[in-house]
Amino acid sequence: MSDRSTPPRPNLAMRRATRALKTLGFWALVVFVVLFSVFPFYYAILTSLESGSALFEVNYLPTSLDVSNYVSVLTKGPFPLNFLNSVLVAVAVVAISLFLAVTAAFALSRVRFRGRGLLLLTILSVSMFPQIAVLAGLFEMVRAFDLYNSLGSLILSYMIFTLPFTVWVLTTFMRDMPAELEEAAIVDGATPFQIVWKVFLPLLWPAMVTTGLLAFIQAWNEFLFALTFVASNETRTVPVAIAMLSGSSGQEVPWGEIMAASVVVTAPLVVMVLVFQRKIVAGLTAGGVKG
Amino acid sequence: MARLTLEKLGKRYGRVQALSDIDLAIETGEFVVFVGPSGCGKSTLLRCIAGLEEISEGELAFDGERVNELTPAERGVAMVFQSYALYPHMTVYENMAFGLRLAKAGKGAVEERVREAARMLQLEPLLDRLPRQLSGGQRQRVAIGRAIVRDPRVFLFDEPLSNLDAALRVQTRIEIAGLHERMAETTMIYVTHDQVEAMTLADRIVVLRDGRVEQVGAPMELYHHPANTFVARFIGSPSMNLLAAEPTDAGVQVKGFAPTPLTAPPGARGLSLGVRPENLRLAEDGETPFYEGDASLVEKLGESQLVYFDMGAEAEPLVARLPGALPAKKGDRMRLATDPEALRLFDDAGQAVRAG
Ligand SMILES: Nc1ncnc2c1ncn2[C@@H]1O[C@H](COP(=O)(O)OP(=O)(O)OP(=O)(O)O)[C@@H](O)[C@H]1O
Ligand SMILES: [Mg+2]
Repeated sequence: MSDRSTPPRPNLAMRRATRALKTLGFWALVVFVVLFSVFPFYYAILTSLESGSALFEVNYLPTSLDVSNYVSVLTKGPFPLNFLNSVLVAVAVVAISLFLAVTAAFALSRVRFRGRGLLLLTILSVSMFPQIAVLAGLFEMVRAFDLYNSLGSLILSYMIFTLPFTVWVLTTFMRDMPAELEEAAIVDGATPFQIVWKVFLPLLWPAMVTTGLLAFIQAWNEFLFALTFVASNETRTVPVAIAMLSGSSGQEVPWGEIMAASVVVTAPLVVMVLVFQRKIVAGLTAGGVKG
Repeated sequence: MARLTLEKLGKRYGRVQALSDIDLAIETGEFVVFVGPSGCGKSTLLRCIAGLEEISEGELAFDGERVNELTPAERGVAMVFQSYALYPHMTVYENMAFGLRLAKAGKGAVEERVREAARMLQLEPLLDRLPRQLSGGQRQRVAIGRAIVRDPRVFLFDEPLSNLDAALRVQTRIEIAGLHERMAETTMIYVTHDQVEAMTLADRIVVLRDGRVEQVGAPMELYHHPANTFVARFIGSPSMNLLAAEPTDAGVQVKGFAPTPLTAPPGARGLSLGVRPENLRLAEDGETPFYEGDASLVEKLGESQLVYFDMGAEAEPLVARLPGALPAKKGDRMRLATDPEALRLFDDAGQAVRAG
């Protein structure tokens, strides 16, 4: 008792100092990470607001607020149409992936059948092939389905990388649902579809939002398939359209417009992540906690 | 509202035979309790009746109609699960209304039934809460409410009280007994491994062991006339003393004990004599004691005390439940007596030998 009531002073001061140092270190790291990850985007915004020769001067603070790049990107050429295509493709990919994944996850997690583990591994291994390896095969498929140069080709081909992880993640989540919950619903007279729809789905929301968002981002940013399966300007999606933006003369790269277009296509993603932020965090942690 | 008949019912999980040859008839409105040690198949049998588990062999009939192939909803069963299994994203009201809505009951009818069940279980102030905003006891009542609103033909409970603390368990047990009284027409089946629950709630108890029925009967019948040593040991706490006995000229006798007036069938061997701890008392002066020995352990329980007597290295100690006021302590020499009517005799297969 007695020696605890008189704490040695220098020890306390030192502890304070280390704590301050730790806080400082923490924030220094935060600043570094933020700078590192945000700088490219920040620089794109800066550049998108400049024009003419200002583009080629290196500066780190805004010097001008010239929106002409945005105006030209959004008014001339097929860019608005490309943007719409991207929205269409990404939304369709997310919707179809989630629907198929939820139903598949139900079967893979709640129905006992032979070869279930093997099937699950096969599904996951599909996502391990590099895109370029499946390009030729997919091209044949797209042709066979008569989808060449249509948005359908992209929706079909993007499933190849969105489905494995949506199925996998949702299966993991669904497996963690207590069996008695399903049985209670069965006793209440629910069909398998009603069980998925009315009992599991509301509980899977966080996981669905998270995987859906990741699928959206992948579909939104995909370049190689979009370049290969679509040939005309009107059916292109944004990543390819940006790469194909050309200046007034063939020699000139329109950096300002490219940057303006990039900012325009990134903005929806940022907004979406911010909107769903809380759900995403819940989705990333919910699996480990019993409700 | 249904009479259940189980005929040669069996359940296999691959090579594991979880249930075999279950023959049982449960009357309309009866409260039947399945008891038995862990892993004996109580839950499996209940789930077979519910329709959550496929029946491998035999037949299950409700009111004489085979229901093996029907879904739980088609059978008209309702079940209360051990973990309550409430839908976490639905309010108490929606939880109770879920089954009715799936059955396409009209809005007014749903409202009326849910309100009525809520009133019965004092859940009215909680109808808008989510399950996670309820205490364990309240969740339990919602789970019961969810089962009641569907007005089931058979009401099933799988260890519904095991997640509650002792005080709440007693209270809920009394509530369930009240529920059975109010729903006199509804057949109820209740799984537990708690003897007190079984004895207090049951019209009839079914004792299971290794997937087979050991005995079916009213609680007091099982207590007084166990069909075999397994039931004798399982029902009653502390359990019945079983002593190796031999037939003698004077009657069946346990070594070191006074002879009893029981007679064994001719040629009987490996007999056990059963006597409940509460049927042993101190011998009066002048009375020939049934047993005389030194107490090896005394457990004071308040209103009574358990006194143990060493029966040698192999055998279990003899236990006597004596009045709490008695000044007994370890090492005391005691003379015990019993009434001949309280003695039970079992043969070498453990089966009761009737009225010998
Ligand atoms: N899905 C299953 N697959 C294989 N064996 C099973 C399965 N379910 C139960 N069993 C076996 O069937 C037997 C009976 O199990 P059951 O759950 O009915 O026991 P119980 O009497 O309810 O026990 P407890 O009191 O512990 O709940 C056990 O031996 C168990 O191992
Ligand atoms: Mg059980």
